[in-house]
Amino acid sequence: MKTILNGKQLAITIDRLCHQLIENHLQFENTVLIGLQPRGIYLSDRIYETLKKLLPDATIHYGKLDITFYRDDYNKGKTLHVPSETNINFSIENKKVVLIDDVLYTGRTIRSALDAMLDFGRPASVELLALIDRRFSRQLPIQPDYTGRTIDAFISQKVRVLWEQRDGKDEVILVD
Amino acid sequence: MSLSVKHLLGIRDLQRQDIELIFQTADQFKEVLQRPIKKVPTLRDTTIVNLFFENSTRTRISFELAEKRLGADTINFSASGSSVSKGETLIDTVNNILSMKVDVVVMRHSASGAPHFLAKHINVPILNAGDGINEHPTQALLDAFSIREKLGSVEGKKVAICGDIMHSRVALSNIYCLKKLGAEVTVVGPPTLIPKYMAAALGVNVSYNIREALQWCDVANILRIQLERQNTPLFSSLREYSLAYGVNRQLLDSLNKEVVIMHPGPINRGVEVDSDVADSGQSIILDQVENGVAVRMAALYLLAGKKGEL
Repeated sequence: MKTILNGKQLAITIDRLCHQLIENHLQFENTVLIGLQPRGIYLSDRIYETLKKLLPDATIHYGKLDITFYRDDYNKGKTLHVPSETNINFSIENKKVVLIDDVLYTGRTIRSALDAMLDFGRPASVELLALIDRRFSRQLPIQPDYTGRTIDAFISQKVRVLWEQRDGKDEVILVD
Repeated sequence: MSLSVKHLLGIRDLQRQDIELIFQTADQFKEVLQRPIKKVPTLRDTTIVNLFFENSTRTRISFELAEKRLGADTINFSASGSSVSKGETLIDTVNNILSMKVDVVVMRHSASGAPHFLAKHINVPILNAGDGINEHPTQALLDAFSIREKLGSVEGKKVAICGDIMHSRVALSNIYCLKKLGAEVTVVGPPTLIPKYMAAALGVNVSYNIREALQWCDVANILRIQLERQNTPLFSSLREYSLAYGVNRQLLDSLNKEVVIMHPGPINRGVEVDSDVADSGQSIILDQVENGVAVRMAALYLLAGKKGEL
């Protein structure tokens, strides 16, 4: 097991990602944030809270998207995926969408997310924010616009993102 | 997580966790049904056949809509006008259809146990859409889902199932489902329409007094009088039945409490329930219909995922 980001580094990384978002989207008048269920929402919650502190006067639309019904492997595993809540109570039509997930690996989750998102409208553009980018492991031509940390890992290794509210501490680890 | 069963033949075979998994999945499908685009591509590689050996309108439409909302390909079969009338057996009919590479079977049949029989002979998931006077599992699931939605949970709630209990597969499936979820159930109706084994075998209360049952319950699930299943008359007239067991506004107003009214349809208006009750704010009959699509989507999703296991 190896620590990729400890709690302090994770906090700094999230702060940096938020400032990068502000640099490109200013007051978020025409931009919406969408966190991907189930694990990406811990990151998107943290980003949303940080942005609200940094931009107290801005109205930021933030939703959560579950991609279970859009997977291309729904019955390939031993057990079925149980869906999580989708909550997007605003229009994404002509909006700049920032998709947020914790780990970008093969790119298949993001492919499904793009499909799912289009059922809510046609956005002006879509950007991808990933806390960890496992490069050289992509199965689809998908790349992040905002990256917390890029890592190289073997297929046999797993990246686990731990969050204070769920796991008792903030940390990103690489598990053999 | 997945269902503990490979077919959905009845609620009797399910665990409480299965029912809760179906509800949890149906919650998310209900959200899908509120979107501008009410369709997902989940079952785009799945072909489902709807085998209806007995007449049905709402159940067949509900299943077909659920299948289409899931992106599945569907085939519809009705016994009338088919080779069944030429003497073809059930297994031959189904095997012929399955040779066309069908992945899931939804089946309604007038004979109790027909889908159980079929499940022993074919190797695709079967979903029982009503068999004789035995079970109608998806109706019970959508009924319990609607109670959960209206009252927050099923656990601890008092439910009266009113009317023709003897001929109702909805009643039997409802009893299994509600009891597994921790509700208390009373069946109420004329003595001739309530089997004698009910109280002892199924752990329900039996009442012959509709006013007492309504005074006791949180929810009244009112069933249709199934005259087509009665070989000999079991009560003297519909008028007398309506006077003794019909749920009307005057009766409800005299209770000094708000009872949630349900009915699986089709309604005999003016017989088991009056229009001013069925169409009132107390009624969740149309919510049941809406929830039926989400619950059937959930059942199909969870069963279709097992198609490789059989």
